Amino acid sequence: MNRSFIARNPSVLIFLSILALFTLLVTLLSEGFGAGLVSTSMVKTLGKTLCLCLIAVAMDLIWGYTGILSLGHFAFFGLGGYMIGMWLMFERTRQIVVTSLSEGVLPPTPEDIQAAIGNQIFGVVGSSEFPLIWMFADSLVLQLAFVVLVPGALAFVFGWLAFRSRVTGVYLSILTQAMTLGLSLYLFQNASGLRGNNGLSGLQNLPGVTAPQSVVSLWFFWASALALALGYLLVAWVVSGKFGSVIRGIRDNEARVRFLGYSVESYKLAVFTLTACISGIAGALYYPQAGIINPAEVAPIASIYLAVWVAIGGRGRLYGAVIGTALVSLVSSWFTGGQAPDVNLGFYTIKWVDWWLVLLGLSFVLVTLYAPRGIGGLFDLVARKNPGEGP
Amino acid sequence: MKSLFLALLSAVLLTTAAPAMAGTVQEVLQDQRALIEKSSRRTVGPAIDALVMSDLPQMQAVLEAWQAKEMWQRKEDGWFFAASKNADGTYVLHRFEDGTKVGDYAKGALKQLKPNSGVRAMIATALVQYQLSDPDINKRTGALDSIARDPEAALLAPLRASIPGETDPGVLSRKTRLERLMSMAYDTDIAVRVTAINDMSGDLGVDFRATLNPILTTKTTILAVGQTTDATTDANVARVLLPGSETLSTQAAYALLVAADLAPAELTQDARDAALEANIEAGRVGGFPVAQLGTQAKRDAAYDALVAADLAAPRITAEDIAASLASYQFREIYQEPSQAVTDVAAAALAKSEGRVAVNQAVDLGLDALSLASIYFLAAIGLAITFGVMGVINMAHGEFIMMGAYTGYVVQMFIANHTLSILVAVPLAFAVTFAAGVALERLVIRWLAHRPLETLLATFGVSIALQQLAKNIFGTQARPLTAPAWLDGTWVINDVVAISSIRIAIFILALLFLGLFLFIMKRTRLGLETRAVTQTPRMAASMGINPDRVNMLTFGLGSGIAGIAGVAIGLFAKVTSEMGGDYIVQSFMTVVVGGVGNIWGTLAGAMMIGGFQKGVEWLNPSNTLAAQTYMIVFIIIFIQFRPRGIIALKGRAAGD
Repeated sequence: MNRSFIARNPSVLIFLSILALFTLLVTLLSEGFGAGLVSTSMVKTLGKTLCLCLIAVAMDLIWGYTGILSLGHFAFFGLGGYMIGMWLMFERTRQIVVTSLSEGVLPPTPEDIQAAIGNQIFGVVGSSEFPLIWMFADSLVLQLAFVVLVPGALAFVFGWLAFRSRVTGVYLSILTQAMTLGLSLYLFQNASGLRGNNGLSGLQNLPGVTAPQSVVSLWFFWASALALALGYLLVAWVVSGKFGSVIRGIRDNEARVRFLGYSVESYKLAVFTLTACISGIAGALYYPQAGIINPAEVAPIASIYLAVWVAIGGRGRLYGAVIGTALVSLVSSWFTGGQAPDVNLGFYTIKWVDWWLVLLGLSFVLVTLYAPRGIGGLFDLVARKNPGEGP
Repeated sequence: MKSLFLALLSAVLLTTAAPAMAGTVQEVLQDQRALIEKSSRRTVGPAIDALVMSDLPQMQAVLEAWQAKEMWQRKEDGWFFAASKNADGTYVLHRFEDGTKVGDYAKGALKQLKPNSGVRAMIATALVQYQLSDPDINKRTGALDSIARDPEAALLAPLRASIPGETDPGVLSRKTRLERLMSMAYDTDIAVRVTAINDMSGDLGVDFRATLNPILTTKTTILAVGQTTDATTDANVARVLLPGSETLSTQAAYALLVAADLAPAELTQDARDAALEANIEAGRVGGFPVAQLGTQAKRDAAYDALVAADLAAPRITAEDIAASLASYQFREIYQEPSQAVTDVAAAALAKSEGRVAVNQAVDLGLDALSLASIYFLAAIGLAITFGVMGVINMAHGEFIMMGAYTGYVVQMFIANHTLSILVAVPLAFAVTFAAGVALERLVIRWLAHRPLETLLATFGVSIALQQLAKNIFGTQARPLTAPAWLDGTWVINDVVAISSIRIAIFILALLFLGLFLFIMKRTRLGLETRAVTQTPRMAASMGINPDRVNMLTFGLGSGIAGIAGVAIGLFAKVTSEMGGDYIVQSFMTVVVGGVGNIWGTLAGAMMIGGFQKGVEWLNPSNTLAAQTYMIVFIIIFIQFRPRGIIALKGRAAGD
């Protein structure tokens, strides 16, 4: 099965080879292990971009292949980040606290340590009590499991409710948008137990690791590349078999698939939950590289941008999602980071920091109108054939 | 008039105090010279009292001069005069008695009296008695404000005395009310106080409740069991507290005993750890190595070992606590000694609070209605484009923003706020109508029957417009000032009040509802729109141009969004991101209400507004929580009525 699956999808092999080459190249040029041509912050940016590509692959599965435009997948991404962030923050604070408390005359009791950690972490929101949701924050294994389980559970419950009552199309999009807005508003409260609008910070420091950031950033870069490779393989495998045919059928004509006897709701729910889990993993890898996570990350706009990336890259083809995401997010950070040269028109100077979003918005309209297959469609023009994946 | 007041005042003062010594103003001042010269908040009281008691008509002027630092002392004999500065730097002195000029003096021959702020406040209180009957109405209301802010028993009599001479009905009613309130708290006759409280029982005023609350304050006292001769035994007992009950936990009761030095303090963890640290010998405490003391159990054991070795005080056990508590009684005692007063006060307060709760519910209802009309305004344009045409317009929020900025720009050119609003409303409609028509022609028309693509394309328009607005107007919030006649608040009573602007928005929402119904049911455009909505091809066969109808409908929906923007901008700040604040709620309103039905949008707005205000009422400090719960509620609501409150027949909740 696996062999024939790879054989039937040469693009998967090509993509994986390019990803491996790219990873190797970045490593060899990095400050940590190589020539030092690629700065540590650049490595982090590239690592984060790989994570965004991973969630874009998930988005492509749910939107490009199943036809469900979810405008809430960044909720799962953020939840994954929060889950790993809780452990990172707890463990690092615990080490600092234990060091400072052990200077006392009596050795610290577990209660002392717990209280001091609580004070450190929740002091900013005027509390020192550990909320219930931090119960397992001391366990890396459990929090790693939560990275998958919590977004998965939220997606399962939400999807079960929504698909069961046959909410489809734009209604579902708006409902998913409401979900991520609700989550973001909830997290903004101090009472949510996740430090309100302060979010979780200091995530770039791995507890117990003394290696410099230039090395740690590469570890995360590799992990992100590996996760993207595995996620890409998994999704490519999912869409290649009979399951893939059924979900494409749902995208193209839901009623007909239902009449053929398939349980459309179960398929949708399975895809929705799977993509949420993948998004959670992507978030768990993204935020330790970003260093901080706060509720603004799960605001509705983030998920809409995700849809924009996938649409520009080309829906219904996984490499399209990856290309679109990598291109738009990197170009975005180039333009908004102030590195792009301003254009002097004589009567007016175009500052890209100000005008980039206008350009992006308009180009997005143009892509939707005139190039619905996105950048990936260019490959069709070159290859002069339809791979059978397009919308 | 003034002499009448003074006669009354003196009559009151004479009945409450010993007759004042006769004499001139200067004699009275000289009597109190030492206190006046070295005035401080603690010592000056008797001097001010003496000035007031002297009952001289000029004393108001003296006190005012003193307060304004215009009273000077002549160094040669220490006499007090009113002084004002001449152009050549010398000072001219006037006698207080008759205002006659004494002469010009150089500054060196005089000493200015400079009362500090504490003393000035005391002078102000003394002046209140004069000001209560001052011919200037502003001084009278100022005096009432000062009494209401800081009531004192001594001010009750002058207040009562000033009532018969009051001519202004507004001030009179304030005086009467204040007199009733002060009677409750300060009258010496209990029957008068009880009557005053009963008269106002159930009143909604904050001042009424603020007067009753101090009467009903209690403190918890401790009484040894069997003790009967104590002074507190015949106190006005509110209730007896049982330790270990809900009102007084065992711990709190014991803490009270400890605080009153009636029982030894419990051993805290800090005290235990301090004892352990004090007894470390050669790395061991009570036989335990220090390194092992990393748990509470070990530390307790070590401390017990110290106790056994007589190195530390024994612990207080639960039995000790129970025994201590058993020998005392805990009672809540009113500060107010009269039981008759506290009984009626408690009843009156309960009645007031009951009525306040009812009125708060009314107020909440008004708030919910006002929020609902804002949601309705924001959503009605969307109800047209989304509900009637089935087009998702993510740029709808930006049309709202465009309308608000139109209002702001108009205001920059037209200074008169009323006129500028009257110009802004049609202009905002025109601008957003044009934008809507352009969007429909350039983008949406080409994406017909592809709703998800429409959503994404209009989102692109949305981010472009938002950034464009940011580039033009900057990131800071721009004010859109409401005309003065919309600035006020309609106050129904102390609890229920609604600002005029919210009333205006409510009326605007009603107008739009009527306008929408009129267009849809009574005009040619409405008829054609409904026809195109139902079956576009059939409508086209009947000679209706669907393209034109769609364009006009979309323009209409966008134009209404622009007017809503002006209305929203009036009470919220105008920013480039304001559209985003309303877009999700607007979609919710339309979806919850039921697509394609204006009554559904109205019902959706009412439900969302009501629900949000309801949650805010349960948890007033947290509006974020209210929004979160609202969204969860909507998600669940959609499960049960996927087509909204009012569902059109024959139409799925999708596509």
